[in-house]
Amino acid sequence: MLRYTLTRLLQGVITIWFIATATFVAMHAVPGDPLSGAKAMTTDMRHNLEVKYGLDKPVGQQYLIYMNNLAHGDLGISFTQKNRSVNDIIREHFPVSAALGILAIVFAALGGILFGALTALYRNKWPDTVIMLMVILGISVPSFVFAAFAQLAVVKLNSAFGISLLPVAGWGTVKHMILPALVLGLGTMAYLTRLMRSSMLEIVNADFIRTAKAKGLPATRIFTRHQLRNAILPVITVLGPAIAAITTGSFVVELVFAIPGLGRYFVQAVQQLDYTVIMGTTVFFGAFLVLMVIIVDLLYGLIDPRVRVN
Amino acid sequence: MATQLPPDVDAILPPGALEPLHSEARVQKITRPSLSYWQDAWIRLKANRRAILSLYLIIAMLAFTLFGPLVWRVSPSAQDLQQVSSPPGADRSAVIVPPYRPWTDAPPPVARGLTLAAPATTQYVRLAWAPLPGAVDYRIYRDIVPVHSESALGLPLGTTGSPAVTHYEDRLDLTPGTAYYSVVALNAQGVELPARETLRVEVDNAITVAEATERGLAAPNATLAIGDTVQYRLHPLGTDYLGRDMLARLMQGARVSLFIGLVAPLLYVLLGVAYGSIAGFVGGRTDQLMMRFVDFAIALPFLLFMILFKIAFGIGPGESGILPMVVALVALSWPGTARLVRGQILQVREEAYVSAARLLGGRTGYLVMRHMIPNTMGVILVTLTFAIPSAIFTEAFLSFIGLGVAPPNASWGSMSNDGIKTMLSHPHELLFPALMISITVLAFNLLGDGLRDALDAKMRSRE
Amino acid sequence: MRGVRARQRWIRTPGQQLFALMLLAVLVLGLVVAGLSWVSGRSDVVGGVDPRTGTVTLSLADEPPQLDSSMTADQISSFILGHVEEGLLRFDQNNHLAPGVAERWEIGATGATFWLRDTAKWSDGQPVTAHDFVFAWRNAVDPKSASEYANIMFGIKNAEAISAGKLPITALGVQAVNDRELRVEFAYPVPYFAQLTAFNVFYPIREDFYRATGGRYASSADTLLYNGPFRMTLWVHGAHIRLEKNPHYWDRDQISLNVLDFPYFTSDPSARINLFRDGKIAMTEIGQENLEEAQLQGWKINSFMDGSLFYVEFNHRPGRLTRNRNLRKAIQYALDPAELVNRVIKIPGYLPGRSLFPMWLDGVHGKFRAEYPVEEITPDPAKARHYLDLAKKELGLTVLPPLILLTGDTTLAQKEAEYYQETLRRTLGLEVRIDNQIFKQRLAKMLAGDFDMVSAGWGPDYSDPLTFGDLFTSDNGNNRGEYRNPALDRLVQIARTSTDPRTRMDAFGKIQQIIVDDAVIVSGYERARLYVIDPVVTGMVRRVTGPDPDWTRARITSAVSR
Repeated sequence: MLRYTLTRLLQGVITIWFIATATFVAMHAVPGDPLSGAKAMTTDMRHNLEVKYGLDKPVGQQYLIYMNNLAHGDLGISFTQKNRSVNDIIREHFPVSAALGILAIVFAALGGILFGALTALYRNKWPDTVIMLMVILGISVPSFVFAAFAQLAVVKLNSAFGISLLPVAGWGTVKHMILPALVLGLGTMAYLTRLMRSSMLEIVNADFIRTAKAKGLPATRIFTRHQLRNAILPVITVLGPAIAAITTGSFVVELVFAIPGLGRYFVQAVQQLDYTVIMGTTVFFGAFLVLMVIIVDLLYGLIDPRVRVN
Repeated sequence: MATQLPPDVDAILPPGALEPLHSEARVQKITRPSLSYWQDAWIRLKANRRAILSLYLIIAMLAFTLFGPLVWRVSPSAQDLQQVSSPPGADRSAVIVPPYRPWTDAPPPVARGLTLAAPATTQYVRLAWAPLPGAVDYRIYRDIVPVHSESALGLPLGTTGSPAVTHYEDRLDLTPGTAYYSVVALNAQGVELPARETLRVEVDNAITVAEATERGLAAPNATLAIGDTVQYRLHPLGTDYLGRDMLARLMQGARVSLFIGLVAPLLYVLLGVAYGSIAGFVGGRTDQLMMRFVDFAIALPFLLFMILFKIAFGIGPGESGILPMVVALVALSWPGTARLVRGQILQVREEAYVSAARLLGGRTGYLVMRHMIPNTMGVILVTLTFAIPSAIFTEAFLSFIGLGVAPPNASWGSMSNDGIKTMLSHPHELLFPALMISITVLAFNLLGDGLRDALDAKMRSRE
Repeated sequence: MRGVRARQRWIRTPGQQLFALMLLAVLVLGLVVAGLSWVSGRSDVVGGVDPRTGTVTLSLADEPPQLDSSMTADQISSFILGHVEEGLLRFDQNNHLAPGVAERWEIGATGATFWLRDTAKWSDGQPVTAHDFVFAWRNAVDPKSASEYANIMFGIKNAEAISAGKLPITALGVQAVNDRELRVEFAYPVPYFAQLTAFNVFYPIREDFYRATGGRYASSADTLLYNGPFRMTLWVHGAHIRLEKNPHYWDRDQISLNVLDFPYFTSDPSARINLFRDGKIAMTEIGQENLEEAQLQGWKINSFMDGSLFYVEFNHRPGRLTRNRNLRKAIQYALDPAELVNRVIKIPGYLPGRSLFPMWLDGVHGKFRAEYPVEEITPDPAKARHYLDLAKKELGLTVLPPLILLTGDTTLAQKEAEYYQETLRRTLGLEVRIDNQIFKQRLAKMLAGDFDMVSAGWGPDYSDPLTFGDLFTSDNGNNRGEYRNPALDRLVQIARTSTDPRTRMDAFGKIQQIIVDDAVIVSGYERARLYVIDPVVTGMVRRVTGPDPDWTRARITSAVSR
C-alpha cells in the first residue's frame, strides 16, 4: 500500500511538470500581449515594462527561470494585481473556494445519493417522476441562470418577510455560504442522482440481493449494507474530479454572490493574459486534482474489495 | 432369426394400423424465434411507453429543424426595429406618417403648462411648455407610471441647455402606450428646482411610407396615404433585442444546437469508452500511463486551450467554426468519461462470467465488446444524456471568444445567454430557447432510460 | 434481533427511512448554521446607509490592482485613491478646480509654482511637504517603475528623457524650494497643467515611509500613508475595503461621513442591483434592462455623461479596402447614429455621435460644440449608394469582398455590431463579418492592423479638446487605423504649442471638419451612465475627469430612507 502510494505521488509530480510545461507553451503561443492596455504606450515605456516583468528575455530562458522558481515554491508576482504575489493570492483565496466547494459537494453528494436511491426504490411511481423532472430542469438550465434566479428569490423573500433571512451576496459567515453552495452543487447533484439511480437499479436485481432477501435480512440493512455500497462506486469515481471541477468552476457563482474565491482569478487571468497567475493557478489546481485522483483510487480498494488496483 | 410377434397382436394392432413415418427434415419445432441481443433490445424498447414518447418528441424536433424553415419563410437575421423585444401577441397596427424631418423651427409659445406640439407617435413626441420661474436649464423626464413622488419622475431624457429653449423632441425607444412626461427647471448649478409640469401622453404606433415599402408591409404599387393603417409583420413567438423573429431564429439555432448537442457527446463518449475500457481491462503499467495522461488532460486550463484551438484551426472572423467547436468539445470532455468507464470496467472485470468467458477462449476484444461494455451501459447512457445540454451551453460560452456560431447566426445556447439579460422585462427571449433545450434534454433522457432498460444485461435477468 | 424487529415496525421501508433521514439532515443543518452564526457574533451588515454611524455601504467592481498612486492606471484604484489621497489641486462640488494641498499657485508658459498650506498632514500626523511631491513625481517617470501613465508628465522638463533612461531621475524639472514651495519647469507650454495635478499620478508619496515598507508599499492597508479625507482601515483582498474619516485631513470640518464601507466585490450588474433592491448598498449603476423595474419601483434614476466617445474606426493602411475614401463616405451616409441610440441602445442620456469632440468640452467662452458647430451628416441611402458605386469603379470591383468588423465581447458591443452588419447589408449590399475577440486578442489584432473596421472608444484624460484632438496624429499609438494626414498633424501641433485659446479652438474646429470630411471614423455615440442612489445621501459628485464617483463631501440627510 505504502509503495503504491509513493509511486503514485512520484507519477503525480511528473504529471504536474507536464501540465506546467504545456500551459507555459500554450500561454506564450496565444496571440495577445500581457502588457498591452487600452491606451497605447510609447516604445520606451513598453521596454521598461518588459524589463520589470522579465519578458525581455528569450522564451526558453523565461521557462527555465520560471521552473527554477517553481521548484523553490515561488510563483512570482501577478501582472494585473501589481503588488501581490501569486503565492499570496492562492493562499488567501483558495480556502474560500475550497470551503464553498466542499459544502457544495456535501450538498451534491447527500442530495444525489438520497434522491437517486429514492427514485430507484420508487421506480415509475410519483417520487420518481417528480425527482426526474427536477433533474431535467437542473441540467437544462445553466448555472448562471440559477444563480441569478436564486439571488432574486432571496431578495423577494427578504422583502416579503421584512427581515434579512439570507444574505444576498458577500462572504464572511456561514449564512453567506448556503445559497452559493447550493447553486454550485446543483449540477453535480443532478448528475449524481441519475448515476445513483442507474447503478441502484442494476443492483436491485442482482443475485446477491435476492440471496440476502431470501435469508430474511431486513430491507433497510440490505439497502445500506449491500445496495448502497455497491452502487456508490461510480459516484466516488465522479466525486474526485468533481471536487476539483467545482473548486475551479465556481467562477459564475463567485461573481454573482461577490465571493472572494480563486475561480474568478483563474478566469480573469486568462482573459488578461496574466502569465504568472495563469501558471500559478494551473499548477496549483493540477496538483490538487492529481491528489484527489490518488485518494479516489485508494478509496476504490477500500470500498470494493474485488477491485485492487495494482 | 426374425422376431416372432405374439399370436394375439393382430387383435390389438390390425394390419394397416401402423404405417412407416416419412423422415422429416424438421426435428424440433421452435415456438419462439431466436433473438439476438439487439433484436431483443429493440422489442423491449418498443414496449416502453416513455421511450416511445421520447422518440416522437425527437422526430418532432427533427421535423422542426429540417422542415420548419421551408414552412416559415422568415429570415432569422432581418431586424425589425419597429418591434424590438416585442412579446408574442403585441399590438401590430401602425398608422402611416410623413417621413421624419428634424424639428428646426421653434413652436409657437405656450401659455401655460406642458403640451404636445404635434400628435404623439412612435416616430417622435414633441413637447413644448411655458417658461418656468428661475430656470436656467430644463430637464425632461418620461415615466411609465403616473408621477406621484417629488423625486422619482422616471427616465431623465435630457436637458435643453438654455432657458430660451422651451421645447424638446423625444425619440428614445418610443413604444405605443401611455407615457408621463415631466419637465423640471434647473438652476445655474444644475440643481432641480421645485417648479415642474407633468403631462400624460398616449403614443401611437407610426411608420413612414418608405419604411413600410422597404420592409414589405404593403404591396409595392399600393398607394399609401398619410393616416392609413398597416399591420406590422406577425411574429408568433415575438422578437429579440434587435427585432429579429424568434421562431425563425429558433429553427436556425436548432440546426446548430442539435448538431453540436448530439454529435459532440456521441463522439467523446465513444472515445472515452474506448480509452477507458482498454485502460481498465489491460490494467497494470499501461493503465497507469493512460490514466496519468487523462489527469494531464483534465488539468489543462480550458479557456486558454480553446483560444489556441481557434488559432490552430484558422477560423476567420465571421465564419462559423462548428467543426472546430465539435473537436474542442470532444477534446475537453473525453477524459471524464474515460475515467468513469475505467472505474466501471475495473468492477466488472472481476465478475464470474468474465472469467468464464475467458476460460472458454474469448479474446480481449470479444470480452470487452460483448460482456463488459453492455454491463456498463447504465453509466454510459447517463453520461450521454447529461452531455447534451452541457455541450449546448459550452457552445454558447465559446461563441464569446469566436468559436462556434458567428453573428448574426444563432444557437439555442447563445439565445439563452442573450435572453438572461432581459429576463425580468422580456421573459419570452429566455423562455423559448430554454424551453427548446429542456424538451430536447427531456426527450433524450427518456430515450436513455428506455435504452438502458432495453440494453442493460443485468436488467434482462428480471424476466 | 428484537431491536431490529422493533425498528422495522416503526419505519417500514428504506424509502421512508430515507425521507426521515433527509428531514433530519435539513434540521441539523439549520441548527448548525444558526448556532455558528450566533457564536461568531458577526451581525449582518447594516443597510446601505446608516445615519447612526454615518456609514455608507457600497460595492466595488473588483480588487484595486494598484494603489501606488505614481503607477496607477485603472479606474478602480483611481476611485479609491481619490478618497484617501489628495494632490496639489482638487475638483470641488461643481467640478471646478479648487485648492487641495496647495493653497495658491501660479502657472506660466515656462513653469509653475505651488505654495502648500501648513495644515496639510499625513495620517500619522506629519506635515505634507514639497519633498513628498518631488519623490512621487520622480517615481512616476523612473523607467524602473514602468508606470503606464508616465507620459502624462512629459510636459515637465526632462521627463521624457528620464523615462527613456537617458537621464537620472534627479534631472526632473521639479524642485522643492523649501518645505512649502514647489517649483515646476515645463518642457513646452501646457495650458491645462493645473488640472493635471489633480490626477493621481501627481499625488504625493512620503519617501521615508515608502522606504520603510521594504518594497511592499501599497500591498495592504498599513503599507499606505493617507493625506486625503479618508484613510483605509481594512483591506481584505478581493473581499472588503473600509475607509474611515481621516482626523488629520486639513478640511475635515467639511467631511460629514464617517465610514465608506465596501464589503461586496462584484462586477456582475444584476448582483449589484439585487444588493440595491435588498437595501444593502446605497448606489448602483443600472442597465437598459433594469429601466422598467426602476420606473415601477419609483427609484430616482440619474443620468451622467461620462465624457467618453465611441466610434467605428477604419483601417487606412495600404492594401485595405477602407483606405478608399468613397467607400468610407458610403458607409458614413448609410449609418444613422440617431437610430442606433434611439432604437438599439435605448439608454436615456446617450447622445448620437456627430463629431470627434463630445458635447461637454469647453471652447473659448462657452461650449466647444456651440462655438464650432459640426457639419451634420443626415443618413441618405441614395447618396450612400452613389459613393459606393464611385468606390467600386475606383477599386475596379463589381462586388466587394466581405469587410471585417472587429468588436468586443460586451453585450452592447455585440448589439452595435449586429446592427451595423444588418444596416450595411440592407442599404449597400455589403457583407460585413463580425470578429468577436476578447480584450487582449482584440488589442493584438488592432496593433497588427488585422481588421477593416473596429469598434473603438476613447475616454478623456483631462478636460481639454486636445485629449480627443490628437488621437489621429501620425505619431499617436492610439491611431490604430494608421490614418496619415499632414494637415491634421500641423493643426494638432498648433493646438499643442499655442497659448492663445482662440487659435487653439480654431485649430480644433478645423480638425473636427477634417474628421467628418475624410470619414476618418464613423461616430457612434457619447456614452451616459444611469445610476440609482438612495435619496438619503446627497453630495455625491460624478466627474468626467478625476475620481468618479466622489463621495468625499457627501452627507446623510435626515430625510426618510427609501
